[in-house]
Amino acid sequence: MSAKLQLDNVTIQFGGLRAVGDLTFAVNPGELIGLIGPNGAGKTTVFNLITGVYKPTAGRISFNGVSVPGHRPHQITRLGIARTFQNIRLFGSLSVFDNVRTAMMMHLQHGIAHALARGAAYHDEEASIASDVLDLLDIFGLRGEADTPCKSMSYGDQRRLEIVRALATKPKLLLLDEPAAGMNPTEKEELMKLIQFIKDKFQISVLLVEHDMKVVMGICQRIVVLEYGEKIAEGSPDEIQKNPEVIEAYLGTEASGS
Amino acid sequence: MKNYKSQIALIAALAVSMGVSMCSDSLDAYALDVMLNVGINIILAVSLNLVNGFTGQFSLGHAAFMAVGAYGASIVTLEMGGPLVRVFGGPGWFADSLTFLIALTVGGVCAAVAGWLVGVPSLRLRGDYLAIVTLGFNEIIRVVLQNTSGDGPFGGALGLKGIEPFTSFFWVFAIAAVAIYVIAALVNSTYGRGFLAVRDDEIAAESMGVNTVRYKVIAFVIGSFFAGLAGGLYAHLRTTISPEGFNFLKSVDVVVMVILGGMGSTVGVVLAAVILTVLNEFLRDFEQYRMIVFSLLLIVMMIMRPQGLLPAEFFARRRKSA
Repeated sequence: MSAKLQLDNVTIQFGGLRAVGDLTFAVNPGELIGLIGPNGAGKTTVFNLITGVYKPTAGRISFNGVSVPGHRPHQITRLGIARTFQNIRLFGSLSVFDNVRTAMMMHLQHGIAHALARGAAYHDEEASIASDVLDLLDIFGLRGEADTPCKSMSYGDQRRLEIVRALATKPKLLLLDEPAAGMNPTEKEELMKLIQFIKDKFQISVLLVEHDMKVVMGICQRIVVLEYGEKIAEGSPDEIQKNPEVIEAYLGTEASGS
Repeated sequence: MKNYKSQIALIAALAVSMGVSMCSDSLDAYALDVMLNVGINIILAVSLNLVNGFTGQFSLGHAAFMAVGAYGASIVTLEMGGPLVRVFGGPGWFADSLTFLIALTVGGVCAAVAGWLVGVPSLRLRGDYLAIVTLGFNEIIRVVLQNTSGDGPFGGALGLKGIEPFTSFFWVFAIAAVAIYVIAALVNSTYGRGFLAVRDDEIAAESMGVNTVRYKVIAFVIGSFFAGLAGGLYAHLRTTISPEGFNFLKSVDVVVMVILGGMGSTVGVVLAAVILTVLNEFLRDFEQYRMIVFSLLLIVMMIMRPQGLLPAEFFARRRKSA
């Protein structure tokens, strides 16, 4: 079900700024990987590179053996990579149901002609999509909210809906960009269970960008640490917690001579 | 039968317009003229609504596509109308209709091609930039038409005259019904949710597998096609057209209808097209104050009801998903 994401010596340069430099890591099938680093370390840039928003200046990104750069973002989604956003980006004017339905669109067998003819095939497909959407909402306890405008949901629910919407594209790899941002401790607890649950239930690999150490240390199998766009450490949560370079990046060194 | 409600509604609308058309001779000529204007404006507003309202691409060049359709259709009937009518069995109801249908289709297709040509390069632009490019395109079409030779097929600054008055109640309202059906069917399908996704958040839409460029181009092409049909109808109603009739103000008129009715609400936009066209007739005696009234109306609307007369949310709340 899942596939392997491989980044080899990926570099991106914005003018004189090297946002990500020589980054190499892999997400193996079924793995839950954390990507951490101080503010501005280039975590979201890595996401944007994987999803085709940016093109790397150098290096290779491949997913399931297919080279990612050069594809447009919607094509990359079709390869099986779905993402959520750091600042929630739902389709604001649409209902919960329609938000998820839109993400299922890429699996439509019938195109524009069927939408206009509105024949039997069209109605069958619409019905099957509607039931898929409701099933998916059911799994996440959002079925009762199907007709709610997504803007009127609570912040935590909106975050959850973004994940549901990403899952509706039937991905093999899910990229979560700071899903715990702005959540209270109870919500974070639930989120950790949710991510674990998604990974097992849908048999997908997850790449998680997160600031909250408790969340990252609690669920990730492996952690990649970035600082100034470069990888400074990679390993299990325990190894990362003891790594002096990581501690330095987060807490700084003692000022010499004081 | 429940599944085919929309097709039945469309056929009913076609039948009603056919019926009214048959007894249109007994209608007051002025009232009929106003009704036909209403119908043409409905087509324009509904088609622009697909671009501006549903897809969120601010186009200010709808009159240009109308012009392309009007000239395309008129040139067909002026240059080839006679022979075509004879080919279809000589002057008569059937041959005229078939000739007109061909002319309208040619006009619509020309406009759609123009929409595609403008859309492909310019839809990479967003918001104000796209508005400026489409506005520029509108002016280009007008100026080019104005500077063609007076003896040529485009008639130069004086435009074309002596166009056969083929446009009838049936043609206008049949095409209006088809336009409403096509756009409503499209937008309400799962496929068509992509248009709304592009409007709400282009980056998120792209990440959900929506080919945003393709959606924008499709919206533009379909919108232009119907604008072209409206142009063809207009030309064969007025029997004379000139480049000045398709200026920037004409585009603004249509944009005002869309905004007033409620961006992305087909019913609202139809209502606004009716109200503004009829209002226009009442203001005929105060021609020079017309734009002032329109501007005031728009300002008041933006303050009192910025979402339009009948916004899309009004209907969304009533319609349930499952």
